Amino acid sequence: MQIKIKIFRYNPEKDKKPHYETYKVEAEPTDRVLDVLEKVKGEFDGTLSFRRSCAHGVCGSDAMRINGRNRLACKALVKDLPRKIVVEPILGLRVIKDLFVDMEPFFENYRNVIPYLVNDELPPKKERLQSPEEQERFDDTTKCILCACCTTSCPSFWANEKYLGPAAIVTAHRFIFDSRDRAAAERLKILNEQFGVVRCHTIFNCTIACPRDIQVTRAIGEVKKAIATGKLD
Amino acid sequence: MENYHQFDVIVVGAGGSGLMAALYASRTASTAVLSKLYPTRSHTGTAQGGVGAALGNVEEDHPEWHTFDTVKGSDYLGDQDAIEFMCSEAVQAVYELEHMGLPFSRTADGRIAQRPFGGHTNNVTGKPVSRACYAADRTGHMILQTLYQQCIKNHVNFFDEFQVLDLLIVDGAAAGVVAVELRTGELHVFHAKSVIFATGGHGRIWEITSNAYSYTGDGTAIALRRGLPLEDMEFYQFHPTGIYRMGILITEGVRGEGGILTNDKGERFMVRYAPKVKDLASRDVVSRAMYLEMREGRGIGGKRYLYLDMRPEVVNKYAAEDGRKRPDGTPYVVTGEELLAKLPDIVDFARTYLGVDPVSQPMPIQPTAHYAMGGIPTNKFGEVVIDENNTVLPGMFAAGEVACVSIHGANRLGTNSLLDLIVFGKHAGLTAAEFANQASFQVLPADPTDFTRQQLDAIFNSQGTDTAYEIGKQMKSIMFEQVGVFRTEEGMKEALAKVRELEERVKNVRPPDHGRIFNTEVLTTWELMNLLALAEVTTVCALARTESRGGHAREDYPKRDDINWLKHSLAWVEGGQVRLSYKPVTITKWQPKERVY
Repeated sequence: MQIKIKIFRYNPEKDKKPHYETYKVEAEPTDRVLDVLEKVKGEFDGTLSFRRSCAHGVCGSDAMRINGRNRLACKALVKDLPRKIVVEPILGLRVIKDLFVDMEPFFENYRNVIPYLVNDELPPKKERLQSPEEQERFDDTTKCILCACCTTSCPSFWANEKYLGPAAIVTAHRFIFDSRDRAAAERLKILNEQFGVVRCHTIFNCTIACPRDIQVTRAIGEVKKAIATGKLD
Repeated sequence: MENYHQFDVIVVGAGGSGLMAALYASRTASTAVLSKLYPTRSHTGTAQGGVGAALGNVEEDHPEWHTFDTVKGSDYLGDQDAIEFMCSEAVQAVYELEHMGLPFSRTADGRIAQRPFGGHTNNVTGKPVSRACYAADRTGHMILQTLYQQCIKNHVNFFDEFQVLDLLIVDGAAAGVVAVELRTGELHVFHAKSVIFATGGHGRIWEITSNAYSYTGDGTAIALRRGLPLEDMEFYQFHPTGIYRMGILITEGVRGEGGILTNDKGERFMVRYAPKVKDLASRDVVSRAMYLEMREGRGIGGKRYLYLDMRPEVVNKYAAEDGRKRPDGTPYVVTGEELLAKLPDIVDFARTYLGVDPVSQPMPIQPTAHYAMGGIPTNKFGEVVIDENNTVLPGMFAAGEVACVSIHGANRLGTNSLLDLIVFGKHAGLTAAEFANQASFQVLPADPTDFTRQQLDAIFNSQGTDTAYEIGKQMKSIMFEQVGVFRTEEGMKEALAKVRELEERVKNVRPPDHGRIFNTEVLTTWELMNLLALAEVTTVCALARTESRGGHAREDYPKRDDINWLKHSLAWVEGGQVRLSYKPVTITKWQPKERVY
């Protein structure tokens, strides 16, 4: 079938401002939007630039706005979209070229929440024990692939990129509720500051955008509750 | 010199082996990691089913059994000293990941959960053993995330989106690398005492592949261009269960949890090919069985796919037939909810890409290009060795899929790739730092970027009409048809001629993007050149090896031939020609015998 794909284009070495270009492409209904982008690049215009790697929703490279919604281009199928597909860079991060945005503010926020297990106790010779129930407590947030679909769908992040944003809070949640970790209080303090969870207004954009089906808003809610009550249950 | 950097150790690639190497090297030496992707995008993150280690958490198991299974899985081409080393280090390596915070799935009593996987057996009964330590079906994702987190904790230096294009060798020792900063297009020179290649595999050579777009064999091809040999390149693994037409991996863990393969007649055909372990035979064995079924017209609807069936009623029926028991001795019975909890990503992939709910419908699957057993030859310390006598190239290291230790020989067992990453990543890091701490920097050539610029300029100045996209498609198609699961001399000769033609054609592609910022067109063409070079070497090695062993199955030479071929291939490219030589396999305890599952 023939489809039209309208793509946000910006080449900082040539263009004064961004514009859109539309391409007519033959595509299979089961093609991913990423396949269509590859085809446009390969057959029509090699200058079209975007990130991609695994092509099945696990590496998190190809977060884009597709018909107004944050998606991974490799998890959005042609058959599930209108005949006219519109692809734009994710919002709230500076566009560098075409669909390439500057990911640094996003990763800086990630690094700010102590994104690693803290536990200085001497570990046992074998594994630390953790019950399936304890593991289940933070299992959902371990699925995060740092694609930024959630954070760049959040109006609070659009307003100020210093807001830690859903992805960083999800990362913090993953450690705060891990029975093996010992830095929950420190993380909760960070999340309770000016650019922390207070900026979440429970709009649910993040949960809708998450390609890994993480219950992002719920995770943020649990963090808010932990801050309010000082308890982790 | 502008854009000049100096570190004791440079790690190229930020997947499991690169991050593990960086963690260990950075303890005692200044270390930087260069990666063409953000580290968390690396292909390690796509590994699903588990990491192999004989913890014995679920049932009796021993590192010795793991060692023998790996030797047998390799079709006796793996080096037994290295395999023994890996399997005995495995247990501690997995505990170490747990201590780093890896969120493993757990047994009821809180230990690391384990599941059966292909080719891993109880050496007494010959039945499948639960050896794969897993985090649901995202074990690779969790390893990658955990190691990246640890690198942040330990302040490892990262150069993200820096693509390495050349290796500098001075006076027979590694001296650094040249990389392009994708965001600016500028070349950078990284001067180092030790260089560790952890650049992954090259599965994009084949049409149906589980591999990421970025899996273009960069490190392997750079080494080849700089005169290093590649080992055992004819051995490439085709995983039995890729999503039909797309190649996306469906973990062997599905069969570990009791899923089975069926043909058009609804038969569980693996009973005919591997009576003892059936669907949990080694990957090469299962992929060949699938091809034979499809060739006999028993593909679904006569087409080139079969079914992978994990519907609970089917799992339970065959588990009962096999007499499979839970660890507590009760019969093995699963529910849809349990499968969903253990294999959530698989369910998501099937729903997204196939429109199939695997709890109520079988999944259409076909073998998919998956893993390079061959690569840059190393010893078990990660040191690169460059000839038949295993002479070390000072300062040069490799680990992970890019390396050929050789652990996997002619066929890798599932779960052994993640194990390979953590064990040999660690040792490459340790050895590289140790080397750097007693070595001095080589004097770099006057213009270290010269060779890199020659390669890029050739692409920039190209004036033809061909597209890399079309050339790539033709390579993938012929390689999948002729240098895939089954091979013949005739087919491979055709493939070789085609690949050589494409190597000429790629020199005359259409004029590319001339920008500097994120010029992915020029780099995609460069990557295609890497794939073509490796496709040629793969085919030449495969043509020369007139036997069938592991992942290399010749229809014209269907038997393994230990008298003539119990040896590793080494391939160099010299003056545009592939030169082959061979070196012996290290055999310690296990003499080769017939391989039956």
